[in-house]
Amino acid sequence: MCLAIPARVAELLDGDQARIELGGVHKVISIALVDEVAVGDYLIVHVGFAIGKLDPTEAEQTLALFAQMAQLDPANPVPYQ
Amino acid sequence: MKYIAEFRDGELARGLAKTIAATVNPTREYRLMEFCGGHTHAISRYGLQDLLPANVRLIHGPGCPVCVLPIGRIDSAIALATQHDVILCTYADTLRVPASGGLSLLKAKAQGADIRMVYSSADALRIAQDNPSRAVVFFAIGFETTTPPTAAIILQAQRLQLANFSVLCNHVLTPAAMVHIMESQQDPAAVAIDGFVGPAHVSTVIGSGQYEGFVARYQRPVVIAGFEPLDVMQAILMLIQQINTGRAEVENEFTRAVRRDGNRKAQGLCEQVFELRDRFDWRGLGEVPLSALKIRPEFAQFDAELRYQVGYAQVPDHKACECAAILRGHKRPADCKVFGTVCTPDHPLGACMVSSEGACAAHYTYGRFRGGG
Repeated sequence: MCLAIPARVAELLDGDQARIELGGVHKVISIALVDEVAVGDYLIVHVGFAIGKLDPTEAEQTLALFAQMAQLDPANPVPYQ
Repeated sequence: MKYIAEFRDGELARGLAKTIAATVNPTREYRLMEFCGGHTHAISRYGLQDLLPANVRLIHGPGCPVCVLPIGRIDSAIALATQHDVILCTYADTLRVPASGGLSLLKAKAQGADIRMVYSSADALRIAQDNPSRAVVFFAIGFETTTPPTAAIILQAQRLQLANFSVLCNHVLTPAAMVHIMESQQDPAAVAIDGFVGPAHVSTVIGSGQYEGFVARYQRPVVIAGFEPLDVMQAILMLIQQINTGRAEVENEFTRAVRRDGNRKAQGLCEQVFELRDRFDWRGLGEVPLSALKIRPEFAQFDAELRYQVGYAQVPDHKACECAAILRGHKRPADCKVFGTVCTPDHPLGACMVSSEGACAAHYTYGRFRGGG
């Protein structure tokens, strides 16, 4: 139920709706709960409603952080800042 | 799939595991509760417990909306569907939860009640529009993630002046349940949890700021994590670092979707439609004060509880079922006598085995051959 996933906006439709695409699957969802949605945005979709937007810059930074944390020298762990 | 696959990189996970192993203090235990069922599912599915040092223990929390819904609430929904000739629309998750008298919503449906599974609350509204001669009730359950969609359709029903639509509201609140876990002992300082992995999508809606009071009061770190395995590993590392340095702060690992203020628009709709209940009965936790929502009087015509005088009676869990202790983190699925024998996902006795986010179902599906719980 809570396993919502990020999906890409393929088309904006009337009535606060959008067609989203996820791994080739298309679905029409409501965007009544989020502001300023554009085609190409990634949304977190939950029971047919977008509940938030995904920030691509933050996603990249998180992935970079993983890479950094995963390559720490185990002998000298750096405290997380 | 973008923003999913790269957060499931096995090599990075093993690298993070090495860093965690190097960061833990071998002379102490780390007891970390993942509050949310989405995390429970991810931890079991990806075998994360096996990547962690033996002194880091994950405790499954009560954040599975189906699991914490008490039997009496399902009974109320069944009564509505069987005694009032309504079309009852429900999320799939609740269909198989065992209710009183050997019933479940699915069995009531098999006996002729008009119970329909919907993917979205908006589908329930459409069914009401398509069936103007029938009364339609949406059985609304879930935490802060499913609440805004319910608020949105109540507002839409008002705009459309839909006289045949109402909602049976069972929405519950995450921070209240976390407080309850800490208050369940005389001395909160003695609660055997050192830190919390905070929920991903609930936090998308409510914002990371909502945990600041909790952290200050109970001095337990909370790290909000995304639902992918690397997110969970990183959050565990951040919790361990906080515990090592004696800090208790709210940190956000899921920065790609969670901000301090959350989703203001969604919060506004919820504020408009719902108000706090004085108390609400949770499976496993009992009555929790100020932990659930009801529909405001201005929207009374859409409140199925008032419209059909739906009563609520507390029903004890199955005697052999340890769901209550498991939901509080006191026991593990494998500690339950009926786990995997009498109680399986095909024939669940308790709610933790019904939902794929439940601790027992996750352990049965992915973890039971690992040993441990």
